[in-house]
Amino acid sequence: MDLLVQQLINGLTVGSIYALVAIGYTMVYGIIKLINFAHGEIMMFGAYFAFIFAFMFPFDLPFVLIIIISMVLSGLMGILIERIAYKKLRKAPRISALITAIGMSIFLQNLALLIFGATPKVMQPLITGDPLILFGYNISRLTLTTIGLSIFFMIALTLFVRKTKPGKAMRAVSQDQEAAQLMGININKIISLTFAIGSALGALGGIFYAMTYSQIAPTMGVMPGLKAFIAAVFGGIGNITGAMIGGYIIGFIETFTKGYISSKWVDAIVFGLLILILLVKPSGLLGKNTKEKV
Amino acid sequence: MTAFNQTLIKLLTNKKVVHYTFITLIFIVLFTMIKSGTIDRYISNLLIMVLIMIIMSTSLNIATGFMGQLVLGHAGFMAIGAYTAALIAILLQPYIESTLLLFIVSALAAMIMAGFAGVLVGAPALRLRGDYLGIMTLGFGEIIRVVITNLSDITNGAQGLYGVPRIMTFPIAFWTTVIVVALIFLFMNSRHGRAILSIRDDEIASESVGINITKYKMIGFIVASMFAGIGGAMFAFKEGFLAPSSFGFMKSVEIFVIVVLGGMGSLSGSIIAAIVLVFLPEVLRSVNDYRYLIYSSLLVIIMLYRPQGLMGTKELDLTQTKSKAIQFWKNLKLLPGKIKLLPSKIKALFLKWVASIRKLLKLNQKGSDC
Repeated sequence: MDLLVQQLINGLTVGSIYALVAIGYTMVYGIIKLINFAHGEIMMFGAYFAFIFAFMFPFDLPFVLIIIISMVLSGLMGILIERIAYKKLRKAPRISALITAIGMSIFLQNLALLIFGATPKVMQPLITGDPLILFGYNISRLTLTTIGLSIFFMIALTLFVRKTKPGKAMRAVSQDQEAAQLMGININKIISLTFAIGSALGALGGIFYAMTYSQIAPTMGVMPGLKAFIAAVFGGIGNITGAMIGGYIIGFIETFTKGYISSKWVDAIVFGLLILILLVKPSGLLGKNTKEKV
Repeated sequence: MTAFNQTLIKLLTNKKVVHYTFITLIFIVLFTMIKSGTIDRYISNLLIMVLIMIIMSTSLNIATGFMGQLVLGHAGFMAIGAYTAALIAILLQPYIESTLLLFIVSALAAMIMAGFAGVLVGAPALRLRGDYLGIMTLGFGEIIRVVITNLSDITNGAQGLYGVPRIMTFPIAFWTTVIVVALIFLFMNSRHGRAILSIRDDEIASESVGINITKYKMIGFIVASMFAGIGGAMFAFKEGFLAPSSFGFMKSVEIFVIVVLGGMGSLSGSIIAAIVLVFLPEVLRSVNDYRYLIYSSLLVIIMLYRPQGLMGTKELDLTQTKSKAIQFWKNLKLLPGKIKLLPSKIKALFLKWVASIRKLLKLNQKGSDC
């Protein structure tokens, strides 16, 4: 029973991280129909930013400030990537944009490799203190913060997209770019905003990921990035709520596979699941089926 | 003399003759250089690597370039081919003496196994298109890697498979590559190849003129993966050691970059790009750290400024130099005369230039007068 609860908590932690990263994939896909392969690398850079400001900065910064700075920097990075690499390709065939995204991803990875070196850096958890006791179970503060903050940001994002004007504009652009433009929406601004929000949330996911596994490496974004992408596909790519649900489902599947089946086969099982989803319901859990038009 | 000229021109315009001679000449030159020791072992190994990458990229070009389907797991097929060939060669080594025969048997087995994997991927992949297909093949490549790592009884897992006979010699590699590329070329120019091309250009239109899309997509996938299997087999026999980590996502991307750089839909483009991209890092030894940085920037820059790659969908045709060759021949005869004329030509050009400047100055003066 204890093991089960432990697995559930682990699943919730990993799931929160995947959900945060998956949101970025799904938002970008919803708005410019591009799988932003560089998203995993933004997540990695987010973790590095946090590392720099936490351990290499002369002053001690509070945890919240570190997170905010890293998120803002990553958001700016997301905007920059979109402006440099993707903007020119909006009208190009999708395969060109996708190849560019892959190129961007490898570029950022090797940039990090050059700047920070290949040896992984140890990331001490920035939240310390005695574990809290909830319902008779010891839960570390880091886990609680991860889950709590993730859920907070997800609710905030949902409210933002549903209730505010920029959120409405975002939904409009994802539905029909030209019509949105005719209604006076500045598409470039909205796309930048989307990239910024997605990248910031991805960076948050990266920070939590680095603290949970207590290390940062230039290649750390690849695997969680791919899994978060699977989560986004699972939930129905383009759908924010779907991405959150998908993230938690992938998180649970992963931890339960690790705990009860075998830790070696985790990746194969998760990728197998992806293939299965794509075969059975390519539009995902909450996605809409789009008919092909001639 | 004119009779000689005419036969020469006739030969130069014959596609087959020109290409066969060209290939044979390259082989003879390289082979004698290796035999005589002008090219050392290091470079000849590099040459074999180039040949392997040529096979990998031309085979990926079938699926990605000609069929227009994004495949990001080509290294997975290579891995299957490599492991199959290596295991069979280890098994059969005591019974077969001839290295050529050993290579042929194990390469054929690799081809069959990789083709079988191609069926497994192709069948579900038919339902998907574009980026979804890319992700699926990526996932498939990763699954292959995980399976190979975990089947440690057979493949020795992450530690790698030792003791693969190193039977890859330059002649075997060269002629295998020639045969593979020729087969791909013939295939792409056959009726089936044309059908595959039509899928890339417009799936719905080609379906409406009666092309069985499912069948041809399947054929394209299987052919691509089969040849990737051969590439894998060559890789195994060249290295003599196999580890699952050599067939990761980065390997797939490397092959993919070659196809994109050479031009999706151009076999000769793939060949040129493979030669360049294998040799480039060796030439730029000092910047080896930046290798992938250069790779990825290349990829992005090509997509932004020349999305069709080096060659686009055109093929390098040596007889297309037909007119050029004739012209070259004529020019060659005219060359001595031209060189004699050169000083006077330059002088004329210079005088013209001076005159135009003078005219301009005069015009200006007139302008200021008014």
